[in-house]
Amino acid sequence: MRISQRRGAAAVAATVAAGAILTACSSGGSEDGQTDAGSAAGGEDATCTNEILNADAPQVSVWAWYPAFESVVDLFNETHDDVQVCWTNAGQGADEYNKFSTTIEAGSGAPDVIMLESEILPTYTILDSLVDLSEYGAGELESQFTTGSWSDVSNGDSVYAVPVDGGPMGMLYRADIFDEYGVEPPTTWDEFAQAAQDLRDAGYDGYITNYPTNGNALNYALFAQNGWSPFEYDNANPAEIGIDVATPEAEEVLSYWNDLIESDLVATDDAFTSDYNTSLVDGTYAVYLAAAWGPGYLQGLSDADSGAEWKAAPLPQWDPANPVQVNWGGSTFAVTEQAADPELSYTVASELFGTMDAWELGIDEAALFPQWLEALESDFFVEKEYEFFGGQQINKDVFIEAANGYEGFSFSPFQVYAYDQQTQALYDMVESGGDAAGALQTIQDALVTYAQQQGFTVK
Amino acid sequence: MTTSSTAVDQTAGPAAAGARGGKLRRSSSTSTIDSKRQWWGWIFTTPFTIVFVLFLIVPLSYAFWMSLHNKGIATGGESVFVGIDNYVRAFTDPIFLDGLLLVARFVAVMVPIQIGVALLCALVLDTLATQLSKASRLLIFVPYAVPAVIGALMWGFLYSPRFGPAQDLFGLFGLAAPDFLSSSMIFTSLVNIVTWQWVGYYMIIIYAALRTIDPSVYEAARIDGANGAQIALRIKVPMVSSSMVMVVIFSLIGTLQFFTEPTVLRSVAQGAIPPDYTPNMYAYSLAFSYSQFNYASTIAFALGIFVFIGSYLFLYLTRKQSGLKS
Repeated sequence: MRISQRRGAAAVAATVAAGAILTACSSGGSEDGQTDAGSAAGGEDATCTNEILNADAPQVSVWAWYPAFESVVDLFNETHDDVQVCWTNAGQGADEYNKFSTTIEAGSGAPDVIMLESEILPTYTILDSLVDLSEYGAGELESQFTTGSWSDVSNGDSVYAVPVDGGPMGMLYRADIFDEYGVEPPTTWDEFAQAAQDLRDAGYDGYITNYPTNGNALNYALFAQNGWSPFEYDNANPAEIGIDVATPEAEEVLSYWNDLIESDLVATDDAFTSDYNTSLVDGTYAVYLAAAWGPGYLQGLSDADSGAEWKAAPLPQWDPANPVQVNWGGSTFAVTEQAADPELSYTVASELFGTMDAWELGIDEAALFPQWLEALESDFFVEKEYEFFGGQQINKDVFIEAANGYEGFSFSPFQVYAYDQQTQALYDMVESGGDAAGALQTIQDALVTYAQQQGFTVK
Repeated sequence: MTTSSTAVDQTAGPAAAGARGGKLRRSSSTSTIDSKRQWWGWIFTTPFTIVFVLFLIVPLSYAFWMSLHNKGIATGGESVFVGIDNYVRAFTDPIFLDGLLLVARFVAVMVPIQIGVALLCALVLDTLATQLSKASRLLIFVPYAVPAVIGALMWGFLYSPRFGPAQDLFGLFGLAAPDFLSSSMIFTSLVNIVTWQWVGYYMIIIYAALRTIDPSVYEAARIDGANGAQIALRIKVPMVSSSMVMVVIFSLIGTLQFFTEPTVLRSVAQGAIPPDYTPNMYAYSLAFSYSQFNYASTIAFALGIFVFIGSYLFLYLTRKQSGLKS
C-alpha cells in the first residue's frame, strides 16, 4: 500500500515535471523574443550606455559595436544641442542582426539608427526595414566617400546607409619568419604557393597561412579578386535574382587553396576561435590575409610571440599587370523604418563619424579604416606610423590604395544563409578531400533552391 | 437462544443502521466539502493559471497561428494563410527529418548511458556509508550545478587540439589525440558533455528513492539467502523503477530538444556542427538568422508533436513500472 502510494506520487511528479520541462523549453523561444524586444524598447526610452548631456533635446537611439565608441558618442552629444545620441551595444554582427530581425518581425523595438555591415544591407532592404535616405539628401554625400563603399550602400538613386569604415585587404606577414628562412614575401598568388613550399622546405614548422572554411566574407573577397560576382540583384526589382556561384573564376581560386591544403601547406582552422587567435600571433601562421581592421584585431590578441616583427604588404595578385583590390567587412549606419524621426536619425547617421575629431578617435582608439574621404586623405591618417609594424605607414603603403581600387560587390538578400551554405560546403570539401567544382556546385544548388522557395524568380 | 439471537440482532440492528446512516451522512458531507474544496482549489491555482496562460498558452497559440501562415522574403512581407502547407513541408523537409533522426540517435545512445551510469553510482553510494561516499556524491552532482553554457564552453577548451590536455595525455602513451571537434567525433564529444552534466542529477533522484526503501526489506532478503548483487538487481532496482521512469522521461525530452551544448560548441566547430544540426537549432536559425518566423514556428510545433508522442509512448509502455497503472 505504502509503496503503491509512493509510486503514484512519483508518477504524478514525473508527469508534472515532464510538463514543466516542456514548459521551460517551449517557452524558451518566446522568452528570448520578449527579452530582445524589451531591451530594444529600452533603447527608445531611457537606458543608454552613454550619458545624455542635454536632457531636453530629442534623442535618437543607436545600436553599434565599434570599439571605443563611447568617446565618439560623447563627442557628438557635446557638440549637438538639438539632438542627443542614446547608444546601446546590442551585440556584434550576427548577435545584433538576430535582434534586429526579431524587432522587424515584432514591428517594434528597433533602434532609430543601426550599425550594419554592408554585406547585410540587402537582407534588410528587401524586408523594407531601412529608410531610403535619398529623401533626406543623402545623394549629395556620394562625392565624400570612396567609390566602392558608396556602391555598397546605394542602389540607383536610393541610398540605404551612410558608409563608416571599410576593410580593404592587404597581407600582414611576419618579416622575422620570412627572414629567418630566407624566403621573399610573395606579391602574386603563384609566388605565395611557392613561398609556402619554400618555408616548409627551409624547416619552418608552421603554415604560411590559414584558410578558414568559416571565413565567410574573407572567402568571398578572395573569390572576388579573381572576378567572381555571384549575385545579380537589384532592389528596384526585388523578386528577381541571378545566382552564379559555380564559375570558373571561383573554381580556380578554390582549387588553388584546396591544393595547398592537401599538400598540408595551409592550415584549415576555424576563424575567430581561440585556437585561431593564438595561432595568428604565436608564429604558427606566417601570413595573415587581413582587412584594414586586421592590425587592430592582432594587437588585441594575447600570447603574442615577443620577437614578432609584423609588416604589411599589398594582397598577392592573380595578374600583377591588372591588380584587383577587394574588401572584407566594413560597416555603415542605416536608419530603420521604425525610427520615430527619420530625418533627425539621418542627421545622426551621417554626422556621428562626420568630423575629423570623431575620426581621430575612431582611427586611434578603434583602429577603424575611414571611408569618408576627408579622413582617408588627411595627413593624420596617411602619414600615421604604426608602432606594431615597426613604424611602417601601413595606410600609405597598402590600405589606401586598396580602398581606392575597390569597386563594390553585390551581396544577396539572404546573405546569412549563403554564408552558412558556403561554410558547410567548404568544410565538407576539406574534410572529405572533395574537389572545388563539387563544393561550388553544392552551394549553387542550395542557393537556387532556397531562392525559389522564398518566392524569387531565379534568372 | 432466540432471545440471545434477537438481542444480538437488536444490538446489531441499530449498530448497522447507525453505520448505514453514518455512511450516508459522511458521503453527503464529503461532496459539499469536495465542491467547496474545488472552488478553493481554483482560487489557489489562479496565480499559476495566469502565468500559465500568459506565458505558455498565449505564446503557443500565437506560434501555432504563425505556423499556419507564410511569408516569403521576396513576396513583400505579406502574410498569407496556407493551412497545413508548412507542416507538409516540415515533414518532408530532409533537414528537419535528418535532425529528428540525429536526436533519435542521441536518445538511443545517450539515455541508456546516462541512466546506466546514474543507477550504478546511486547503487554504489547507497551501499557504502563512509565519508568518502558523501564526498563522491557531491562530486558527481557538482557538474549539474555548472550552468550548461559554461559547461559546454569549458569542454570546448578541453577538446581544443591546442589548449586541451588530450594531446598531452595521449602523448604519454605515444599516441596522437583524436580531434574531438571534427565531424566524425563531434557526436561522441557531445554525448560526453551531456552525460557529464546530467548524470549527477539523475543519480540524486535515484539515490533519494533508494534511501526511502525500508531496510527491513534487505534484512528479509538476506535471511532468504540473497547476496549483494541479487539485492541490488532484484530488490533495489524494481523498487525504484518509478523514479527510473521519471529520470528516463527527463532525459528523453531533454535529448529530443537538444540545443544548448551543440549551439555553444558550434562557436569552435562551425563545420562539424551545422546551424541546423538538431531540430531545435534548425528552428532557431530559421527564425533569427534567416527571418523565417512562420516556418520556424512550424518546425517548433512539429518537434513538439514528436516530443509529445515520444514521451506519451514511453509513459504508456512503462505504465506498470511508473505506477500509472497498478
